[in-house]
Amino acid sequence: MLQVTGLSVARGGIAVLEGLSFHLAPGRALVLRGPNGCGKTTLLRTLAGLQPPLQGTISAPAETLAYASHADGLKPTLTVTENLGFWSEIFGTGAAGVARALDIMNLRALAARPAQNLSAGQKRRLGLARMALTGRPVWVFDEPTVSLDAASVALFAAMVRAHLAQGGAAVIATHIDLGLAEAETLDLAPFKARAPADGGQAGAFDEAFT
Amino acid sequence: MRALLIRDLRLAFRAGGGFGLGLGFFLILCVLIPLGVGPEGDRLASIAPGILWVGALLACLLSLDRIFALDWEDGSLDLLATAPLPLEGAVAMKALAHWGVTGLPLVLAAPVLGVLLHLPQAAQGGLVLSLLLGTPALSVIGAFGAALTVGLRRGGLLMSLLVLPLYMPTLIFGAEVVRRSAEGMATGTPLLLLAGITAGSIAALPFAAAAALRINLR
Repeated sequence: MLQVTGLSVARGGIAVLEGLSFHLAPGRALVLRGPNGCGKTTLLRTLAGLQPPLQGTISAPAETLAYASHADGLKPTLTVTENLGFWSEIFGTGAAGVARALDIMNLRALAARPAQNLSAGQKRRLGLARMALTGRPVWVFDEPTVSLDAASVALFAAMVRAHLAQGGAAVIATHIDLGLAEAETLDLAPFKARAPADGGQAGAFDEAFT
Repeated sequence: MRALLIRDLRLAFRAGGGFGLGLGFFLILCVLIPLGVGPEGDRLASIAPGILWVGALLACLLSLDRIFALDWEDGSLDLLATAPLPLEGAVAMKALAHWGVTGLPLVLAAPVLGVLLHLPQAAQGGLVLSLLLGTPALSVIGAFGAALTVGLRRGGLLMSLLVLPLYMPTLIFGAEVVRRSAEGMATGTPLLLLAGITAGSIAALPFAAAAALRINLR
């Protein structure tokens, strides 16, 4: 479903990860671990197609991936339903998609509330619920459990589990244990890019123009 | 694409969305000019075409950095770039929404404000027509400038410097249409040039702006 071979990714023209290869089968999740700054976000942005890899290949086209970044992309003056409704129209999943997303992250009671009146955890739930209406097979999460309480983490794990059971896949960068039996853990520390002096990729400051 | 247009218009009309910002600025300018220049009708009438067009241009410039900056800050630009919607289409829709919120109200308000500046009756048609043809170019060129500077802290000044030279042809031909119609001359040539600038901008700049956004999102 997603095959990554010999991938190197760079941030700000400096390689952060290199030689990364993994395979993700339908129904499986991959949990990325590594210390802060080790390149988790850069890797996820590369997978999502927001930036090109320095080297290596990603087998799945970016159109099969749905990406949830650190930020939730919510509009404060729109209600919960309007926020989800916008994305459901963009992804073409319609009102049924909104209803499913509201149920899956337990947002029914907040449906008419403007996003600016939600708590941090509720905003996060809304941001995560968006993934359920993308209709894309591979979900990519960047630190999804930030500001979530235990009950909401369980909701999130259940959402991912349901997605995996339907033959989807997920890549999740997180520091906590989600309790997903289907998940394999990939530690990114061994893939830290070497300095150019040690044979690593030289800095590519003109990457914007390649 | 329609969803994005509707969302942007809805956001603009909600509290703090910035609707009326450009219009308010235009109104203030046109009220203040007669107070500053003096009430002589002839003098006002001779500068009115230029003032109205400069006012429209600055009013447009005022809200340009909001086109992408808000979406960039809250992360929705990343999400839009990974959505099935082509980024070129998203840029075009956001420019259209900007025009609907800023340019179109100016077109509608201009005849009233022209009266304040003693604009001759004969020039009213030329004023409305030139703004109607010219303001879409201001929004599209502005969207390009906003795309180039998205992600820069306080990028507004840099954006103004980038965008103002590109605005000059629109300003020159737009004001020329109004001046010529005030003096009863033929306005065909400047109108065609104005329409040509707008058509060219709409055709080319969404692609340039989308390319700039892709680079800025890396």
